[in-house]
Amino acid sequence: MTQMALVIDLNVCVGCHACVTSCKEWNTSGWAGPLTDHRPYDKDPTGTFFNRVQTFEVGEFPRTETVHFPKSCLHCEEPPCVPVCPTGASYKREDNGVVLVDYDKCIGCKYCSWACPYGMRELDEYQKVMKKCTLCIDRIANDTLPEAERKPACVLACPTSARLFGDVHDPDSEVSMAIREQGGYQLMPEWGTKPANHYLPRRKTRIQIFEDELERADNPLKKEAPLPAAEGETLDDVSF
Amino acid sequence: MHPAFSVIFLTTLIGVGQGLFLALVTGQVYSLANLLQPQDSIRFYAMGSALSLMFLVAGLLASFFHLGHPERAWRSAAKWRTSWLSREIIVLPLLMLFVALYGLVHYFGLTTPLFTIQGVISVDGSLILGVLGALAAFALYFCTAMIYASIKFIEEWHSPLTLINFTLFGLSSGFMLAAAFSAWSGVDLVGFYGTWAVIFTFAAGVSRWLSLRRNHNLVHKSTLQTAIGIRHNQIEQKSQGFMGGSFNTREFFHGASAGTVRLVYGFFLLAVFVLPVLLLGASYWLASPYLPVTAFVVQYLGLMAERWYFFVEAQHPQNLYYQSMA
Ligand code: SF4
Ligand code: SF4
Repeated sequence: MTQMALVIDLNVCVGCHACVTSCKEWNTSGWAGPLTDHRPYDKDPTGTFFNRVQTFEVGEFPRTETVHFPKSCLHCEEPPCVPVCPTGASYKREDNGVVLVDYDKCIGCKYCSWACPYGMRELDEYQKVMKKCTLCIDRIANDTLPEAERKPACVLACPTSARLFGDVHDPDSEVSMAIREQGGYQLMPEWGTKPANHYLPRRKTRIQIFEDELERADNPLKKEAPLPAAEGETLDDVSF
Repeated sequence: MHPAFSVIFLTTLIGVGQGLFLALVTGQVYSLANLLQPQDSIRFYAMGSALSLMFLVAGLLASFFHLGHPERAWRSAAKWRTSWLSREIIVLPLLMLFVALYGLVHYFGLTTPLFTIQGVISVDGSLILGVLGALAAFALYFCTAMIYASIKFIEEWHSPLTLINFTLFGLSSGFMLAAAFSAWSGVDLVGFYGTWAVIFTFAAGVSRWLSLRRNHNLVHKSTLQTAIGIRHNQIEQKSQGFMGGSFNTREFFHGASAGTVRLVYGFFLLAVFVLPVLLLGASYWLASPYLPVTAFVVQYLGLMAERWYFFVEAQHPQNLYYQSMA
């Protein structure tokens, strides 16, 4: 079985919202669109988005860290939003595990949005149907696109490559290795939803320097003595 | 959660309709067992069924206002295997059918016994429809409440008490309406239905008190730490990703001030549990048909407030992602 998913590296994300805008651009004009806006250029603009970037401050000043947190549907492997849908409009694709909404069947009852613990679904105020991240199903399952472009718009847009995309059921995929080797985790594991998307934690980059690396024991300049006389050419003298 | 008036009307109105129908069937069973004198088929049972049907239809109409695409509502019967909402949408029309048939059988006087059980209980068409309808009515209470109780991470709702409350509130308001209806149409059953209404109101008071206490002491499983997966005691949200609100801030927050919430809380305790009982009590001495009717109206208003509070009480874990904006 295949389960496509995003792995988002919180250590790399700089909170630039490039994924948000490119998601909106691709999806409002494509298969899953439109993602309508209300008062876009007025006070209190609001609208439908598949992807948001939030910002949290962790710790107490001066020891604080700013964490940018991209948030979109996690394409859960046990999605609680799917079985509650009375019409079958919400479904999980068998072939790649993407959770989708069929806009032609959705009656806009909002029940699925109640049944997502993460608040990843948004009702479109104009079309009156439920919308959510499709993992750009019209890109990733489109064989006419070149292989390199069969990725979600957010992944292609991210300038820091904080977003990885792939099959989390394939142990040798880039995403599986990142989860395994860099401590990938799931959101709210307590509800048993088994989110397919994972997050990579913040990681401190520390260099370890031992004393003898700073003061090389054999550093000739340390010696309080006249510089050693030339003992013939060393390798350094002849290589350039 | 944001309390939507369509859902408040839906759940309270069909609760009354179901309760009234159950009251009618109870009355018929009692008179069958010679514990009550039999009532007039047309004036009591047929009219009572019509009244119950009116409430059920009104509830159904209210529910359409909740939908973005009411014209596709028929699709919602599709997933009855997994969705309690789908099940509710199947059982509601089924109950309406039973109530309508029950009323019609009484209206046309088709109550000649079909057969007798052990020579004492004579079973007619209305009794069979009544029992089937009663089963549907209880199934509907169950389905309606399970819509809320089945969502395990809305922990205020995820409790058997939700099922008990929905059923008892429906029964008390339905029997209250039966008492009011009896008083209004001059039927001598005000005492019978009134007593049951008070019993159900009291039982509902106990179970609602238990759920209020449970919710008051509830410790939520999800925290901001599990929501974003960062282990630190001090995390503060600086941005939600937007400034003007979104579906997430509109649908899952009630937006009412603490004062309003407290006011509604006090009102529903008074209007559901205290005033109707006093009004019914008074009607034992002052045989005025207005008192039971007022008791029903007051309790119904109280139940709307109770349902409003039921939504306000519920804390959805998604709210953790929308705590503050810098
Ligand atoms: S994140 Fe929410 S909407 Fe997406 S699959 Fe999981 S439960 Fe469903
Ligand atoms: S809003 Fe649409 S997708 Fe969600 S549960 Fe209702 S019908 Fe299904």
